[in-house]
Amino acid sequence: MQWNSIGEFFAMGGYALYVWGSFGITALALLIEPLLLRKRQSDVLDSLRRELNADKQQRKPE
Amino acid sequence: MDNKIIHWFKFGSPQTFYPLAGKMVPWFWALAAIFLVVGLWLGFFVAPTDAVQGEAYRIIFIHVPASWMSMFLYVVMACWAGIGLALNTRLSSMMASAIAPTGAMFAFLSLWTGALWGKPMWGTWWVWDARLTSELILLFLYLGFMALQAAIDEPRRADKAGAILALVGVVNVPVIYFSVKWWNTLHQGASISMSKGSTMAVTMLWGMLVMALCFWMYSIAVALMRVRAIMLERERHTDWVKYAVE
Repeated sequence: MQWNSIGEFFAMGGYALYVWGSFGITALALLIEPLLLRKRQSDVLDSLRRELNADKQQRKPE
Repeated sequence: MDNKIIHWFKFGSPQTFYPLAGKMVPWFWALAAIFLVVGLWLGFFVAPTDAVQGEAYRIIFIHVPASWMSMFLYVVMACWAGIGLALNTRLSSMMASAIAPTGAMFAFLSLWTGALWGKPMWGTWWVWDARLTSELILLFLYLGFMALQAAIDEPRRADKAGAILALVGVVNVPVIYFSVKWWNTLHQGASISMSKGSTMAVTMLWGMLVMALCFWMYSIAVALMRVRAIMLERERHTDWVKYAVE
């Protein structure tokens, strides 16, 4: 391993901005995309269930 | 009739693919996580400092895999779109729509990490050279595909229009790949070539390949998640969706 301390690791030989700027934005993008998808899925399911329940209510005899 | 043929076509329908995709998603997440840990460990702790570029070269561990994925996903997207257009299979077209945003994201990440790598090494964030420009066009093709589909209300018409755009745009992929050979460019040539093998240290190469596998598994997981949502949205008035929801 080429790092002698944690500080040295984060400094990335003076290229911290470039290296962590790349990895940071990539991590953020790969984190946000599945979260948005999970929300999209639960939104569809919610609206489908609401529709289905409304149908059942209508069909129910008084 | 041959039973196997029927079996394969069975998964071509949304109602059988929806639960199957749901079962596959966690496995691809698990694989992505494993490759991520191994890839980052190789990239940051095993691969040595580069003799010329110092630590800045470590951007390669996401830059190259992201660029590969952006090109590969485009080809896969165009194939699904083409199959949907030729055979009129609606699931194929949904797969194409499900891949596009992830491909666009990787194209953006390729450009973003490339800019952050270019600044310290070339002294500039951006140059209008062949490699960079053709990758930018790839991003615009993805965005154009998504915008075109979003602009057409009727999904099947949107599929067809999008498929033609996607298929025409495929010509850009080999242009990106060979751009460093065909034109004089600031961008370095391929680190891995079919004929000469690799020009990198072995640990660097492995770090890059494992990160590429990670992005690959990630893309499959995310595309399956998105295609599930698309299936429900598009087929909301069908009986199978009602059963799937209950």
